[in-house]
Amino acid sequence: MINRSLVSISDFSKEEILKILDVAADFEANPNQKLLDGKVIASLFFEPSTRTRLSFETAIQRLGGRIIGFSDSSSSSASKGETLKDTIRMVSNYSDLIVMRHPLEGAARYASEESKVPLINAGDGANQHPTQTLLDLYSIYKTQGTLDNLNIFMVGDLKYGRTVHSLLIAMSHFNPTFNFISPESLKMPNEYKLFLDSKGIKYYEHLEFTDIVEAADILYMTRVQRERFSDHLEYEKVKNVHVLRNDMLANTKNNLRILHPLPRVNEIHTDVDDNPKAYYFQQAANGVFARMAIIATILGVKK
Amino acid sequence: MNKELKVNAIKDGTVIDHIAAHNLFKVISILGLDKISNPVTFGNNLESHKYGTKAIIKITDLFFQDDEINKISLVAPNAVLNIIRDYNVVEKKRVDIPDVVMGIVKCFNPKCITNNESVVTRFNLIDKENVALKCHYCEKITDEKQLYVF
Ligand SMILES: [Zn+2]
Repeated sequence: MINRSLVSISDFSKEEILKILDVAADFEANPNQKLLDGKVIASLFFEPSTRTRLSFETAIQRLGGRIIGFSDSSSSSASKGETLKDTIRMVSNYSDLIVMRHPLEGAARYASEESKVPLINAGDGANQHPTQTLLDLYSIYKTQGTLDNLNIFMVGDLKYGRTVHSLLIAMSHFNPTFNFISPESLKMPNEYKLFLDSKGIKYYEHLEFTDIVEAADILYMTRVQRERFSDHLEYEKVKNVHVLRNDMLANTKNNLRILHPLPRVNEIHTDVDDNPKAYYFQQAANGVFARMAIIATILGVKK
Repeated sequence: MNKELKVNAIKDGTVIDHIAAHNLFKVISILGLDKISNPVTFGNNLESHKYGTKAIIKITDLFFQDDEINKISLVAPNAVLNIIRDYNVVEKKRVDIPDVVMGIVKCFNPKCITNNESVVTRFNLIDKENVALKCHYCEKITDEKQLYVF
């Protein structure tokens, strides 16, 4: 993994994923390790994403690295019409590692090919966001003690939600069972179901959000976005069907944890927040340790 | 009598046959035949038993490498190349879609980096029968219906 870019979760093997998670656990136990002394990391956010940027910048600061960059494209040379290629060529002369967020899909793969230093994709449009996937995996690993043989429920927008697609691909190394709960119009796309078939992984699809969740080890909730619906009535119908409320958790397993990539809208009722099974805020905090592990591993400063 | 040959025979060179009539000019463009000085003759909207109408191209004194000729496979999957030496067909070649398609096809995804900055497109062939190409950059799949050749 040393000196390699992380563009898509499929760039990392099962062993490499597990190694990152072990390093993340080490950083959680000892969060202030100044391993990046003398390193300069470029944080290039061509579109604003305060949540992701602060998580990365906290990870870099905790490791003792220095940050250059910009937090949205209006303060970058892209606003003067500079190409992505030229920006990357310039910045890769200044820095040891680039963290990049970009609104266009495929921008991260392209930038990684033009860069002299490794690049971490912090989201390229609706395409990939692999550090989100690694923090999701770390959250699952930490709360379940394993990634193997888990029953994972995914709820909400399974059609457009890139986080569920990446998580599905990453979890496919670990013999999971999937249950997909979504409205008809937002079902898991065929290409992912074919992928699961090819790996012999079991999955079940449901339209209703009912007591079937009692079998779940992980309940991964996603936002259903209004703009995905051409029919306003359909949205109104769907948005209330796929809401998690505290009383639905009464008979669920003790080890169940509820994840959500945040921000949530109304798909998790606030009465769930104080339930010990609600894990989405800790999940976000885990992002710092996962990102510390990714950065330190790619730069080869953590054995 | 050869009804198919509406243009003169050539002594040495390549005859590309069985091109769908509506894709003739794409084939000419992909192979750069509009930029060479060799004599090129073509016939379009010729009768074909198999395909309705077809086009045929004859290029004097030009022979293609396999990877060059495979570039036309996406617009002329049934094309047959006749290699001519001294007025005789010495070899017939069929085209084959390459596993990696570089710089010929446009990604259908308007939000793809390749449609917004000058990036040479690159696709991996994931389905040969139905022509499905996965973009190396945005990872979206361009299929036969969405296929646009530059
Ligand atoms: Zn693309």
